[in-house]
Amino acid sequence: MSTRIETLRDALLAQFGDRIRSATVALGELTVEVSAEHYHDIALALRDHPQTPFEQLIDLCGLDFSSHALRSEGARYAVVAHLMSIAANLRLRLRALVTDDDFPVVASVNDVWPAANWFEREAFDLYGIMFAGHGDLRRLLTDYGFVGHPFRKDFPVSGYVEMRYDPDTRRVIYQPVTIAPRENTPRVVREENYGDVGHG
Amino acid sequence: MAEIRNYTMNFGPQHPAAHGVLRLVLELDGEVVQRADPHIGLLHRATEKLAETRTWIQSVPYMDRLDYVSMMCNEHAYCMAIEKLLGIEVPERAQYIRVMFDEVTRILNHLLWLGAHALDVGAMTVFLYAFREREDLMDAYEAVSGARMHAAYYRPGGVYRDLPDSMPRYEVNKFKNAEAVKRLNENRSGSLLDFLDDFTSRFPRYVDEYETLLTDNRIWKQRLVDIGIVTPERAMALGFTGPMLRGSGIAWDLRKKQPYEVYDRMDFDIPVGVNGDSYDRYLVRVEEMRQSNRIVRQCIDWLRKNPGPVISDNHKVAPPSREAMKGNMEELIHHFKLFTEGIHVPAGECYAAVEHPKGEFGIYAMSDGANKPYRLKIRAPGFAHLAAMDEMSRGHMISDVVAIIGTMDIVFGEIDR
Repeated sequence: MSTRIETLRDALLAQFGDRIRSATVALGELTVEVSAEHYHDIALALRDHPQTPFEQLIDLCGLDFSSHALRSEGARYAVVAHLMSIAANLRLRLRALVTDDDFPVVASVNDVWPAANWFEREAFDLYGIMFAGHGDLRRLLTDYGFVGHPFRKDFPVSGYVEMRYDPDTRRVIYQPVTIAPRENTPRVVREENYGDVGHG
Repeated sequence: MAEIRNYTMNFGPQHPAAHGVLRLVLELDGEVVQRADPHIGLLHRATEKLAETRTWIQSVPYMDRLDYVSMMCNEHAYCMAIEKLLGIEVPERAQYIRVMFDEVTRILNHLLWLGAHALDVGAMTVFLYAFREREDLMDAYEAVSGARMHAAYYRPGGVYRDLPDSMPRYEVNKFKNAEAVKRLNENRSGSLLDFLDDFTSRFPRYVDEYETLLTDNRIWKQRLVDIGIVTPERAMALGFTGPMLRGSGIAWDLRKKQPYEVYDRMDFDIPVGVNGDSYDRYLVRVEEMRQSNRIVRQCIDWLRKNPGPVISDNHKVAPPSREAMKGNMEELIHHFKLFTEGIHVPAGECYAAVEHPKGEFGIYAMSDGANKPYRLKIRAPGFAHLAAMDEMSRGHMISDVVAIIGTMDIVFGEIDR
């Protein structure tokens, strides 16, 4: 399995050359990283690849790198697509780095895989990533009239507004959240070999 | 000349056939659907965002609540993702237990799907029959995890505890006399494996009963045959997986093609449809129940003969036994650190997928080395299926919309996440 993945990686590196930023194999999975401008072309080429056609888009999601170590490399947002080739029984992860942090735009792959339709709507809804050429980029999961993109790292878990029934006006109203944000278990990153005292 | 108008109609979000909270905006020309626009998200709980604020192990119970009809399969994908990132091995016995409960879950899921689908289409009896069998399997869930539905039984590194030696029994009360209780307890006198063994020997006959009611039923066929046809090419392009893909004639099953746990040692067949219509998907799922039954039997045989550990002995991942924890300082520290701080997962990313009853259920997990995930994406099979609602229902009558929703096997817990 792993050797087939490595063969595929070498073949893709040879085929696309500079258009791929990196192609790495880790944990038996191939990750191909591209910049936003080549994303659509490479997606199309992968779908129509003669030996390993990636007919299926299994998953597509947004990513926010703003508090991640990889952030130093630049782009805040990325779009990750998980592709599967049924003919060759191989998986591939295609990641497009979205350059503009204030107005992230990337080409839509809705015309390559129709399955991308809702996945892109979801990524737009949750991360505010724009998909150029999508055609029906509405919010999908959040409420009608929701403001903001909740899965961004700077969006609090408790949100900004809460909903309640107001007996005076006799209707459901939005008001600023009344619960204070709290963290029950702190986020901890341990250094290498933490807890290894060197003797059993 | 009569005036012809297109109607826009709201279906749901509180419609009994909408399987939860689906709001479907239908544009109709007479009774023919011109466009279907599903509005989802009414059950959106931001599980993925919540997981970012909790330790890896605290999110296991959230997985149950995604697809609340096939609880353990969701946990399975999540635990597999963590194990892949950590690079730890699961004990063999735990792998068999997982496979067995995955298949029990598949039967549970398909039973509910069959009952609900038949109810939508107008057959009441199947629902009652299906729930009779679900009750037994729920008892198996309860015996092993203590909960009938939201089990939280699979843990990173294995399963929480070994299979119990005794089944919970009925007791005499003012509604059940001693004779009735004795009859109910007949197959509960042995261990869980005996109980499941008894169930698997009875179950094929039950499936025959469902098939007698439905397979050649004229009304059932009139409602399902040639409804919601998906060609193999479209099924792939639309991201279909599981029975929806196999119903269109593509022999694709992760249990065979990319085997995980011990599925490569199991002997079972993959049913494949021919026409890609709702009736074929019905046949595929019914046959899957029979195949799952076979797998459960094989697991029972193996589990009877091979005792052993059921969770990893790496105490940075899995808790030590209660006994050791009470007696030894080292184990106590491990226990404390594990339940306060949690597992530290090495930085990296991975995608782990299982053949969930509904299709491919995948977890894309990204870690930056902390005790919490950096990003967790849940790939729910129903999401891709429901996205194809517009294409599948276009040109069909409004009553067929209900049949198409039924054939997709939709559960909103996983679609809205």
